[in-house]
Amino acid sequence: MQVELRQRSEASRLMVWLSPLLALLLTFIFGTLLFAALGYDPLRALYAYFIKPLTEAWSLEEIVVKATPLALIGVGLALVFRANVWNIGAEGQYTVGAICGSVLPVMLPDLQGPLILPAMLACGVLGGMAWAAIPAFFRIRFGASEILTSLMLVYVAQLLLDWLVRGPWRDPDGYNFPESRLFAADAVIPALAGRMHFGTIFALIAVAALAILLGRTLKGFEFRVIGAAPRAGTFAGFSERRSILAVLAVSGGLAGLAGIAEVAGTIGQLHPSISPGYGFTAIIAAFLGRLNPLGVLCASLLLALTYIGGESAQVSLGVSDKITRVFQGAILIFVLACDVFIRYRLHIHPRRQPACPIHEPAQAKEVP
Amino acid sequence: MLRTTIFATLAMALALPAAQAADPIKAAFVYVGPIGDHGWTYQHDQGRLAVEKTFGDRVETLYVENVAEGPDAERAIERFAREGADIVFTTSFGFMNPTIKVAKRFPDVKFEHATGYKRADNVATYSARFYEGRYIIGQIAAKMSKSGIAGYVASFPIPEVVRGINAFLLGAQSVNPDFKLKIVWVNTWFDPGKEADAAKALIDQGADIITQHTDSPAPIQIAGERGVHGFGQASDMDAFAPAAHYTAIIDDWSAYYIARVKAVLDGTWESGDVWGGFAQDMVVMAPHTDLPADVAAAAVEMEAKIRSGAFHPFTGPIYDQDGMLRVAEGERADDGMLLGMNWYVKGIDDKLPQ
Repeated sequence: MQVELRQRSEASRLMVWLSPLLALLLTFIFGTLLFAALGYDPLRALYAYFIKPLTEAWSLEEIVVKATPLALIGVGLALVFRANVWNIGAEGQYTVGAICGSVLPVMLPDLQGPLILPAMLACGVLGGMAWAAIPAFFRIRFGASEILTSLMLVYVAQLLLDWLVRGPWRDPDGYNFPESRLFAADAVIPALAGRMHFGTIFALIAVAALAILLGRTLKGFEFRVIGAAPRAGTFAGFSERRSILAVLAVSGGLAGLAGIAEVAGTIGQLHPSISPGYGFTAIIAAFLGRLNPLGVLCASLLLALTYIGGESAQVSLGVSDKITRVFQGAILIFVLACDVFIRYRLHIHPRRQPACPIHEPAQAKEVP
Repeated sequence: MLRTTIFATLAMALALPAAQAADPIKAAFVYVGPIGDHGWTYQHDQGRLAVEKTFGDRVETLYVENVAEGPDAERAIERFAREGADIVFTTSFGFMNPTIKVAKRFPDVKFEHATGYKRADNVATYSARFYEGRYIIGQIAAKMSKSGIAGYVASFPIPEVVRGINAFLLGAQSVNPDFKLKIVWVNTWFDPGKEADAAKALIDQGADIITQHTDSPAPIQIAGERGVHGFGQASDMDAFAPAAHYTAIIDDWSAYYIARVKAVLDGTWESGDVWGGFAQDMVVMAPHTDLPADVAAAAVEMEAKIRSGAFHPFTGPIYDQDGMLRVAEGERADDGMLLGMNWYVKGIDDKLPQ
């Protein structure tokens, strides 16, 4: 028997819908085997993972809280990735956004009034944009790979935050512990319900705005053309340099907004660790959502569900944290792997064809 | 000593009338690392297991591990409050503000936060005087080192860690006034790779004693591989490097957890602050192995003196790095100074990260 993947002439409409279902099925089979092998009741484990978090109002809120920064960063990443620019450093832009947005509440804690919060958010957006502009500059000016520069700047940003909260921004009443003072009431983003705050509204607006930009406007078309075929784009009069700068600025700004929204919304102060890797997880959200803003929103919610569900399984069944992460990783692999069938067709030959050493590598090449 | 405490509590628990054993109460634990770290979180989990063992079906315990200090912590703590926990132990410094926030929303749930300083009517704090053990291993280090240099794998420059470094060097200086201490900050509580690299760098700089304020056994394992010596941290790590392991400072939370859960069962729980050391069996020294008899005997003797209060590791004169007298001759540093310690004692070959 021989298994082969053949590229389809165009994306399969059927598989676009079928692939998530197939992934779901595989996830359930894998989950059943995994939990059964470890001696847990698979049905209870899967229930704790996927259903229980959806049955209580507070855990639904928590899913939204967790999905908010993922969606904000993820839609920005969908835009840059569409434009064939590889911003891997959203975590850094998130961190710098959080730092810049915190300048006012930390350095001028007595400031009051309704204007503080908008000013903080604006600072956060500008901070994220500025941080993303650095790799854009190096890419445009020197042709440096933005993958490396943006990734390296993550560490710079994290160490900058670390230095600030241990040094100049350390809470004067905090026993020398590494954290800033708590933000004053006016500097905290108001809650919608429970721990859910207005940052969620920003995420929805960002999703809608980018869906329109990418799908309905000439600018979005320009970004996509430049990404898919830079030469063709240039002939059409589109500037690749301006495109790179623009998409990086937008995605950096959104990551910065996510950073300050998280700090001023859910945490209420600066810490050495303000993100459980949102900037990196958002890359998965972007691809899981097939680089489509609405898809990214769904993917962020799904990722958030797997986090909350993993925690729920840990608490109610005593499943180890490592197992919940293995399971989470498996879900992502299934979802992404099944998407292969959208563009490729599976061919199974009942009998192995006569071995032909010249032929085989050529076939292998068709597999992505 | 510890065993007697556990048995005494056990006996008390069993002696209670059966009528009280209605629905089990729920005790929940939020851990910063994996329970398999064989250090900090492992010891807290041992405490949880001791609670289970002591109270049987009268107490149900829950836990969640690897909770990052940051936006996720509040949710993890709140989850337990929602799931009907009666008492929630949050076992890392970074959980302080999230614990306080959740406690405000759930006034009927009791919270216990390890190593913090913010309290409320339903939030108590607890910590252990690890520095007592540090002073003793500092003395052992100075007696056993040939190069006169020890290496310290440090996590975060917070008072708890700085205090440990100072206590270690004060102990070493009491044996050898010229003893040197080199420090590497790894900025993490648990990262075996980074901890191992730090230990290697320290050994390369001449340290022949390795000690640590991080949670994995990696530094002592490196010490074993490289033929130098060291100490276990938080739990007895002898099994990881039998030839290198002199002793360990063990955190023993069992007695405290049992006592606090019992207080909830009895309805006598009150907020407060406990900072226990040798005297409360919260800090315990592991068996002294591979040490000359006189060094081991001196260590045991010093432990007894600290336990009885006859000696305090931070007894003056203590000068800081700039030569300023911080604790006068014959005086003892008070708890306020110890809790906010942000200066190095004289003789440390490092600058405190600010």
